[in-house]
Amino acid sequence: MKKNFFILGIISVIFFFFIVFYLGLDKENTYEPNIVTNKKIESFTAEKLFEDGQVKSDNIFSENKVYLLNIWASWCLPCQKEHDFLMQLKNTHSIEIIGLNYKDKLSNARKFIEELGNPYALSLRDKDGTIAILFGAYGLPETYIIKDKKIIKKYIGPIDNISIKEIITYTK
Amino acid sequence: MKYIIFLLLFSSLTLIANSQEINNQDLVNKISKNIRCLTCQGQSVYDSQSEFSESIKIIISNKIQEGKSEQDIYDFLVEKYGEWIIFEPKFNKNTFLLWVLPLLLFLVGGFLIFRNFKAVK
Repeated sequence: MKKNFFILGIISVIFFFFIVFYLGLDKENTYEPNIVTNKKIESFTAEKLFEDGQVKSDNIFSENKVYLLNIWASWCLPCQKEHDFLMQLKNTHSIEIIGLNYKDKLSNARKFIEELGNPYALSLRDKDGTIAILFGAYGLPETYIIKDKKIIKKYIGPIDNISIKEIITYTK
Repeated sequence: MKYIIFLLLFSSLTLIANSQEINNQDLVNKISKNIRCLTCQGQSVYDSQSEFSESIKIIISNKIQEGKSEQDIYDFLVEKYGEWIIFEPKFNKNTFLLWVLPLLLFLVGGFLIFRNFKAVK
């Protein structure tokens, strides 16, 4: 009786682990960081992309309105796809779009904007990528909706028509 | 004589500065080995040469130079990316099984072996 109970116990443990590992096979094992929103953005100083000089973040997001911060690079293919949507957003809605150029060659970044149009009210440079880290970025492109110096929404990957519709609701 | 004193002073200062730099680099390496690469799954920031990993290494180095402690740097990165970013998970309600289960299995196994051993005797 005792022996049977012991064998049953072992079989149950093996069965339990079998089920756990079997279910684990189907599980997506790519990890994604938490999207941390509603936290105050950290202060930083960045160089301007089209002119000399630096600008402080405290002076950029100072007004009581909604800002859109877009992190991009000329070498990032999805950023090119997204650019049309940013242009569309700039032309149809009064949202201030700030561009943060990530680890790019200055000439390439400028050429990118000259060829595809400039949706940005202000273009900044993130030469060593440390400003993007302050926003919790981990890929390109990434877009942040900022209000009262707080990130209220984050879009990972290129924005599209669906995200534009959502972004517009934040401006109202 | 003056020249020799100057030379000694200069070389000892250089040595101090160098050793400080090596210590800082050691700490950057130590921390970056425990930080998950953002774009390459399963690799640490230390092992990775992706753009974002390189940026994180710069951030860690800058924070050390600012006088921030190892824990401050972990806290900063966890605040930005969540607990996910650290390889070694903290002990909390979501991870307690991870920490406790091996110990529990070890104790139960030990008890069973001890009991069997005693019975055989």
